[in-house]
This record gives sequence, structure tokens and C-alpha cells, in this order.
Amino acid sequence: MWIDDTMSFHPLMDYGRAHHQSSRSMADEGPAFEYTAEALATLEDICSRYPAEQRKSAILAAIYLAQRQQGYISRNAMKAVAAAIRCTTADVEDVVSFYTMFYQRPVGRHVLQVCRTLSCALNGAERVTAELQAVLGIAPGQTTADGEFSLFEVECLGACDRAPVVGVNDHWHECQKPEDARALVDGLKAHGAAGLTGCHLHVEKA
Amino acid sequence: MDLVLTPHVKTPNGFTLDFYTKQGGYEALRKALAMTPDAVVDIVKASGLRGRGGAGFPTGVKWQFVDKKSPKPKYICCNADESEPGTFKDHVLMERNPHLLFEGCLIACHAIGAKVAYIYIRGEFYHVQEVLEAELAKARAAGFIGKNIFGTGFDCEIYVHRGAGAYEAGEETALIESLEGKRAQPRLKPPFPAIAGLYGCPTAVNNVETLCNVPPIITNGPEWFAALGPEKNGGPKLYCLSGHVKKPGTYEAPMHVTMRELIYDPKYGGGIRGDRKLKAVIPGGSSVPILLPHQLDIPASFDGVASAGSMLGSAGIIVMDETTCMVWAAENLLYFYKHESCGKCTPCREGGAWLHNLLGRIERGEGHMKDIDLLLSVANNIMGKTLCAFGDAAATPVLTTVQLFREEYEAHVREGRCTLPADWRAASRTLAAH
Repeated sequence: MWIDDTMSFHPLMDYGRAHHQSSRSMADEGPAFEYTAEALATLEDICSRYPAEQRKSAILAAIYLAQRQQGYISRNAMKAVAAAIRCTTADVEDVVSFYTMFYQRPVGRHVLQVCRTLSCALNGAERVTAELQAVLGIAPGQTTADGEFSLFEVECLGACDRAPVVGVNDHWHECQKPEDARALVDGLKAHGAAGLTGCHLHVEKA
Repeated sequence: MDLVLTPHVKTPNGFTLDFYTKQGGYEALRKALAMTPDAVVDIVKASGLRGRGGAGFPTGVKWQFVDKKSPKPKYICCNADESEPGTFKDHVLMERNPHLLFEGCLIACHAIGAKVAYIYIRGEFYHVQEVLEAELAKARAAGFIGKNIFGTGFDCEIYVHRGAGAYEAGEETALIESLEGKRAQPRLKPPFPAIAGLYGCPTAVNNVETLCNVPPIITNGPEWFAALGPEKNGGPKLYCLSGHVKKPGTYEAPMHVTMRELIYDPKYGGGIRGDRKLKAVIPGGSSVPILLPHQLDIPASFDGVASAGSMLGSAGIIVMDETTCMVWAAENLLYFYKHESCGKCTPCREGGAWLHNLLGRIERGEGHMKDIDLLLSVANNIMGKTLCAFGDAAATPVLTTVQLFREEYEAHVREGRCTLPADWRAASRTLAAH
């Protein structure tokens, strides 16, 4: 037996108890969902980029379009994606549940994603998260009661030279210092995405 | 050396089609289209260009393997899923020099007989994708992409395909799976993509930086390219410096440059922040073994870094100073690997989580001395036992830190606490349930 006295795991570790329980949860049915005509036209354009018999290649795009429309992917949205892509709802759920950028429950208007991987962590990302938690009053994974902000810790965003990076919806807010957390939140409240000062938005002005 | 890939990254509007054509852009494509596909492959082979994504495999050889006799369509997939922690060079190329990438894609398509190239870009690079799409439209309108390019009868399309957040999609067969609309999970190899890749068709998957090197090779010749660097490590290279350096950023240099120069030279990293002591360097993205301060006088080339027992990988150089706790660093990285494991192979899916839990326990001061050997045991049971290199990547941070900093692990266990709680870390942290 490979687990013997010399190889025992710590009795206080909760790993074994929690890990082997399935964490699968069904998506909420959500409100009725139908793609807008504009979204369907965009989707058809994207489908034309792939061979006609490979329509499934556009599934990520179809899910993005549904998410842009509804903010998250409900079971009804999955059904609409399946109809548009001509696959099963299970195919859609399979994909939605794999990729981190698809939300299976509603998120805030501003989704703050603090990169927690090594280069950002070496530059204080843990403290950025702690400050944002304090300012927003929520833990990572939660959304504020007014539906304005969600906070997530995410894996390497690929901007390690401008660490720590905070993804804000589809943008980056770079070189974030812990002490600037309140300014970031206030700026978003007051000006939306225009309140961001991430360097990639300003490269042409240099 | 004059910069080859990034001369205009800071020039206003340096990314536009107008600017690119004024610099002689798309002339390499014209030159390549006048050659036979085999001649293009031979030139790239002669240049010795090695893949910039991590493995360093010769690009010309990869193209030669593509089954040209197959009646099926051929595909170029550009791997722009830059996700290796510490790596951010492709993002710069795409945002600031997109036409160089398009030109590389088109020449690659000509070389392997493909009519379509897909640029698989990671979902988090949405603002980069907007640049790519806008510039693609301009190149298409100008006739560089589309039907009958330069009147040669060569048809070629380039499409951008957006991923949705999966580190594993950077593995070439997982990238293909994702492009096909499935979970990004690797395939059993063989068959390799050159025989059966996208939609079961012959496919070459090349990194962004690799493809960006192709136009200058066609323009200046393979000898010029090979002569830029040490033997078998030719050409310009982009290095990504991050962590505790004074000037983090993307730097272009020939592979003669040493690791020490990259970290300390004022032209590059400029030394350690706060003039603290250097403790450890991860030279090629988070998946490779650590180099110690006395090992830095080596060329930052594929072979140079390999001779020191590590890998150049994606050239993501993560610098850690003396305030960095190595148990914490390993825990940080293993959280990444546990989170990003695609779940297909048991050793990686289960082992990564075990490793992270063990590391967390030691870091919190609740570990036992036996745990250190247990870490090695679990890591060695992942190493080499998975379909793709992810398993090795997950085991490496553990093996390398235990091997080089075992006394730090022992101190954590002995004193029942983290012995190096740096002030840039949070006092206590809550990680979200994942």
C-alpha cells in the first residue's frame, strides 16, 4: 500500500473530504433568453470564418455574445447558444463550465479581477486584493449588494511588467498600488471605464 | 544590434498599416510569394529559427513535417494564447506590430500550402484583439489578405479567434481542441498536428514571436538571421523581465546576452529593486527550474540556459529578491497549476491539488518534516506521467524549490510559521473558493 505510516497525510487536512464530492452545479434557468437580431448577424459573420461543417468552432463567440447581452450564462442562454450553434445544451454547458471568462451567475457592472500569480504577487497583489476587499466590503468571488462591483482573483493576465494588474471588464488597469484601491473604485463609480488609467489605454498619448 | 521585432513599439501610430508599409512592410511576403513553398521552408530551416513559445523546436522542420500530399486543407494556427506566468512579449508584438505577425502568418501559409490562418488569442487580451481586428480589416482592404494577393493567385485569409480563459489552451493540441469549440484539453500524440491537427487536417501551430521572425528572415536571408546569435540560437529574442527588478518590461536582444546582463544592465532590468540581494531567478516562465545568483553568467539562449540545468522556455524571467519566501512562491505557483489543470490526466489533476495543499500547510506553519519528502514523492509521480507538458510544469516549482531551498522548508516546519513574511504580502489572506 502506498499510503502507510511514513506517508500519511495530515489528519487535519480537509482535502480528502471535500475534494471527492462533486462540485457540479446546474446553471440557473434564468429569464427567457433570445439573441438580438444584431447578435445573430454578428454570430453568422463569425461562423463564416470556419468551414461550414465546423460551426461549433464559433461556440466561444456565441457564448460571449450571450454573456454580453445578459451579463451571465443562464440555462436558457445555453439553450439559445445550442440552437444557434446547432449542438446540444450539454455541449454548451461543457464549454461554459471549463473556461474562466464565462460567468454562470450574475456579476456586477464592474468586474474587478486582480491577478494573483507570482509576478503580480511579488509586487503586492495580495495587498491590492485585501484593500479592494476592505473598500468594497466583499470577499473575492462576491458581488456588492448594489450590483456595481464584483471582485475576483484571477491567474496571470500576461502584463507582469506592469504588476500588479487588475482586469476591469475587458480592460486592464495596470501598476495598481494597494493605497490606490479607493481611487480605482471611486473612479469607476464616477466615470465608468473612462476612470481607468491603465497604461495600455494611453500609449498613443506618450 | 538594431532592433528587428520591436523598433517602433514606442512610436506613435507605429502599429498602423500606413506606418508598416512605409517601412517596407509586406515586401517580404511579395518576395516569398515569388518563391516555391519548399524554397521558403528551406530558407526558414537554414536560418535555424527555433520556436519562441517554449519548446524551441526548429520552425522549418515543423513546417516540413506538414503533410503536403494530403488532399485535406492545411492550416496555420498562431498561438497567441500567451498565458505562461511571467510572459508578456507576444502581447507587445500584437498590440504594437500586428502587421509583422500578419505577414508572418501569410508567408507561413504559403510555405505549408494553407489558405487560412487562425490567430488564437487569449480572451483576456480583448483590447489587443481590437487592434488586431482593426488592422486586419485595413490589410484586407489594401489587398495584402484575401484573394489573389499581389496578383500571384495566392488566396489567404487570417481570422482572429478569441479564447475564454484557459492556460491549457496554450498547449498546441489543446489549442486546436479549443478552436474546434471544445474544452481546451490536450490530445494524445501521435498523430502530431502536422498530420492530423485542426479538423483532422495537417496543421502547423506557431507562436506569435516565431511567426514575427519569418518576414525578416525572408528579407535579410537565413545567414543574417543565424549570425545574430550564438550557434543554433540565431535571431533576435524578446525577453520578459518581471518581479523585483528596477525596470520590468519586454526587451529585445540577441541570445548572446547573458542572464546577468538582462537583470543588472541599465539597458535592461537595471538591477534589483531597492538594491536588495538577488535570491532566485525563474528564467523561462513559471514552469522551469530556478537559477541561483551564481549561475547567471550564461547566455540567455535555448542552449545556454539548458546548460545551467533550466530552460529558456518562453523567456519570461521572474526575478525574486532576498525578501521572497520560496515556500510561499511555490505555493503561489501551485495554486496556479491546480486552478489551471484541464483535468484530463489524473496525476496532474489530483497531484497538483495535493501539492498545493501540502505547500499551504507548510507555509501556514502546520507542516511536518515528512511533508517535504511527500512533496517530492507527489511531484515525481506527476513528472513525465501526463499527456502534455503541464504535469511537468506543475511539478517543477516544487522540485526546484525543495532541492535548492530545503532549509527554508525545514525552518517553516521547525518554527511553525513562515520565516520570511515580506511586507509586500498581505498579513492574512482569503483565497476565493475556486
